[in-house]
Amino acid sequence: MKNKISALLLGTALALSAGNLAYAQDKTVKIGALSDQSGLYSDLGGPGSTLAAQMAVEDSGLTAKGWKIDIISGDHLNKPDVGVNIARQWFDVDKVDVIVDVPNSGVALAVSNVVKEKNGVLIDSGAGTSDLTNAQCTPNTIHWTYDTYTLAHGTGSALAKAGGDTWFFLTADYAFGAALERDTTAAVIAAGGKVLGGVKHPLSTSDFSSFLLQAQASKAKIVGLANAGADTTTSIKQAAEFGLTSGGQKLAALLLFITDVHSLGLNTAQGLNFTETFYWDLNDQDRAFAKRFQDRMKNHNMPTMVHAGVYSGLLHYFKALEALGGNPHDGAKVVAKMKEMPTDDPLFGKGSIQPNGRTIHPAYLFEVKKPSESKAPWDYYKLVATIPADEAFTPLDKSTCPLLKK
Amino acid sequence: MQALYAQLLVGLINGSFYALLSLGLAVIFGMLNIINFAHGALYMMGAFCAYFLLNLLNIGYWPALILAPVAVGIFGMILERTLLQWLAGLDHLYGLLLTFGMALIIQGVFQNYFGSSGLPYSIPDALKGGMNLGFMYLPIYRGWVVIFSLVVCIATWYLIERTRLGANLRAATENPTLVRAFGINVPRMITLTYGLGVGLAALAGVLSAPINQVRPLMGADLIIVVFAVVVIGGMGSIMGSIITGFALGVIEGLTKYFYPEASNTVVFVLMVLVLLVKPSGLTGRAN
Amino acid sequence: MTTALTDDTLAATPHAIRDEMIAFGIMTALLLIVPFTGVYPFFVMQALCFALLACAFNLLIGYGGLLSFGHAMFLGTAGYITAHALKVWGLSPELGILVGTAGAAALGVITGLVAIRRQGIYFAMITLALSQLLYFIYLQTPFTHGEDGIQGIPQGRLFGFLNLANPTVLYYVVLAGFLLGFLLIFRTINSPFGEVLKSIRENEQRAISLGYKTDQYKLLAYILSGTLAGLAGSLKVFVAQNASLTDVHWSMSGEIVLMTLVGGLGTIFGPVVGAFVITAMQQYLAGYGQWVTVIQGVIFVACVLAFRRGIIGEIAHLLRRSL
Repeated sequence: MKNKISALLLGTALALSAGNLAYAQDKTVKIGALSDQSGLYSDLGGPGSTLAAQMAVEDSGLTAKGWKIDIISGDHLNKPDVGVNIARQWFDVDKVDVIVDVPNSGVALAVSNVVKEKNGVLIDSGAGTSDLTNAQCTPNTIHWTYDTYTLAHGTGSALAKAGGDTWFFLTADYAFGAALERDTTAAVIAAGGKVLGGVKHPLSTSDFSSFLLQAQASKAKIVGLANAGADTTTSIKQAAEFGLTSGGQKLAALLLFITDVHSLGLNTAQGLNFTETFYWDLNDQDRAFAKRFQDRMKNHNMPTMVHAGVYSGLLHYFKALEALGGNPHDGAKVVAKMKEMPTDDPLFGKGSIQPNGRTIHPAYLFEVKKPSESKAPWDYYKLVATIPADEAFTPLDKSTCPLLKK
Repeated sequence: MQALYAQLLVGLINGSFYALLSLGLAVIFGMLNIINFAHGALYMMGAFCAYFLLNLLNIGYWPALILAPVAVGIFGMILERTLLQWLAGLDHLYGLLLTFGMALIIQGVFQNYFGSSGLPYSIPDALKGGMNLGFMYLPIYRGWVVIFSLVVCIATWYLIERTRLGANLRAATENPTLVRAFGINVPRMITLTYGLGVGLAALAGVLSAPINQVRPLMGADLIIVVFAVVVIGGMGSIMGSIITGFALGVIEGLTKYFYPEASNTVVFVLMVLVLLVKPSGLTGRAN
Repeated sequence: MTTALTDDTLAATPHAIRDEMIAFGIMTALLLIVPFTGVYPFFVMQALCFALLACAFNLLIGYGGLLSFGHAMFLGTAGYITAHALKVWGLSPELGILVGTAGAAALGVITGLVAIRRQGIYFAMITLALSQLLYFIYLQTPFTHGEDGIQGIPQGRLFGFLNLANPTVLYYVVLAGFLLGFLLIFRTINSPFGEVLKSIRENEQRAISLGYKTDQYKLLAYILSGTLAGLAGSLKVFVAQNASLTDVHWSMSGEIVLMTLVGGLGTIFGPVVGAFVITAMQQYLAGYGQWVTVIQGVIFVACVLAFRRGIIGEIAHLLRRSL
């Protein structure tokens, strides 16, 4: 709970500006960047997301038009109850309007419930579970950037069709891991493959040796890593140690970010295939954003797709507020407006938001370059295929979102 | 069947970490009657020390095997001189609480500066690659870990149980007043002993750096398992901790094969059983 | 002769009961007016749950001489059972609390039979191991939903008419639960049972020689402590609306020890003060991430080295009263 000063200022501003109650329309916005600031996912979200939010505020031009926009950040420590407590306090005490980022699917699902209860807005860019726009969708949540369906159909289908038709899963034992395994299994089977088995590991495992042994014993052609962050990089590192690939099996990192590739190094990561929806080197606009981002980041990391999603999600949110003529402080109303308007931003291009809260835009299948192919720092990916927006996300008629049942 | 052998071997490898760590704990408890909750944090410091030696001073793995334990051992001795020695006459539980606090501080500080994701440390070139044993592919580094741990464990046991220095150490903790009357500097012995225990933890840290991510919380959950090992083996019995450490690794490996769901809990179940039947542990001296 | 943990915290004076009643009155009065001050009620409610938890823990260490490093298992078990009862079985809140607390009591009986047979360091180690055992079991059993925890628990109506979704109503309910538990502990300490317990803590051999079956007394104290810790866990479910692995992790047990240590081991009001101090610290320093852990560690070290009596203990010592 940072920035009690901002809370005081905001309160004073509110009191002075309108003179009536909180639900009146005004030109103030309070953004809460809720992320994992110090743990497993701090590099792919964390302080970078707060920076991306700041950049979105600056680029929207709203402060020049007289809007007052504040950003506070919080650390959910990868614990759903901590995330829920912070979210609840942000709405009750700090009068936050919109929460962004929230990586870790377990936390995201819990926070989504609170956001609905308090009629705020959640623009989730970090979590992966497709449940956010299916069984657990709400009128207050928009899911940006990616979900397990995207990853499953990008990587899963592509690899299965290319000959990797038997799979074994190493799954992180929480909402995201389970969702990723479930969606990838469906994609593999739909592409004609078979799943030979799998094993679950606790979040933040440091030793994967016994799980890797089981993967090797299964003789599956592809070992799918249904985990993220440090769990993925550790399992990749140790898989190399145990000679998984020299034994003829291939490793599929179902969720990989550029910061993971950076920490693994190209020697270990080369040849890995995976799906992302943003890469800093894809076009000029991405490069421009990335350069500005990298200059301001303390550790000079390049932006991940999560950071890009925070930026683009907030830009669209601001467009919706402008279209409404002010901030009504009514989450469902703003989200409805966001769903009405097509999205168009420098990073994700043209897309739209489906009625269940899912933002759709193209996705990309990448392969990590060999060290010899990389010409500059962070020059890590080569583009293998582009997946069009309507294939990259759950088709509306397959969505299990209760909001769609009319 | 092959899977069984493979899991047993992996279990033995894990067991060597348990043995090394519980050795340090047993030395400290046996000699000083302190339950060193900071042991996990010091193990982590050993790994980080190796990382710094490589990345800041370009000192590789082999010198780090000696330098890191010495450096962290000295840090441990400073801790003992400044903090632990004040607890000499008090209830043992204060020692537990103090080292618990120390662990929180060390881990918290590292977490603030290094986040929680891992830092990379690669396997030294001489130990890269692996051998195909038929039933599994054994990375050479992991084989090295088992052999090296065995050597260190036996050397430490020999030092404490069979040399004069070890005899002095043991006597100093059983009857400090009498030993002091013989002219032996008891406080210095105690500080050295703590340093030795800490150094062993740091050594385990250096050993684990190439295969586990070097991260601030790497010792936090491991420490509870190591407590269980020490309790089962006999709080204060050196040989007991070594044997139990390896044995427990193997038992865990067996459990992962036959009943994987219980692999996390088997250590604690065993500990409870042993404590009920023989509270001083399998080979411990009754205190 | 080693100094036991609570040797210098208890000074029995003739006016002890009167002093304690006055302090109790002040505490209750302050707590009753909270909703009318500007303080965020959820914060106080959380602090109250932890205060009850710390008091329960203190009963065991301060008056029974047993340091339990696994009290989180009672908090978590009751929390999970209550959460499951409310969400899946659809029980009403009062039944949910009852079932959760009963679960904690049962856990107390089972673990107590195992742990009580040893004392001192061994007791602490056993409780730590048992709690870690339970943590791993909960990690894997489906009903807890592992890392995600049980979320979105309905708050319902207590006794059919008290609407727990209303923060003020919920506050008074939690306060009532806390006061109930607190009074129970208070009554226990000042009863014949409590006197025997204290004598066991001072010199168990002597108590045995006087004919007391000390194991039974210790077991009873342990079960009572665990049950009240469970009550705190059940109440917390309504405040947080979730039950998760954090509540069963050994770091939670460490926090309970910290709260009691800071407030004053073996004092009656110490744990309450300690709980509020530590909860407040976590709230206001939440923006500083892991520095909270460092600060907690520093407090631990400082308390053990120089401040063994804790806040209330020091005050009681200065005033030469029993608090």
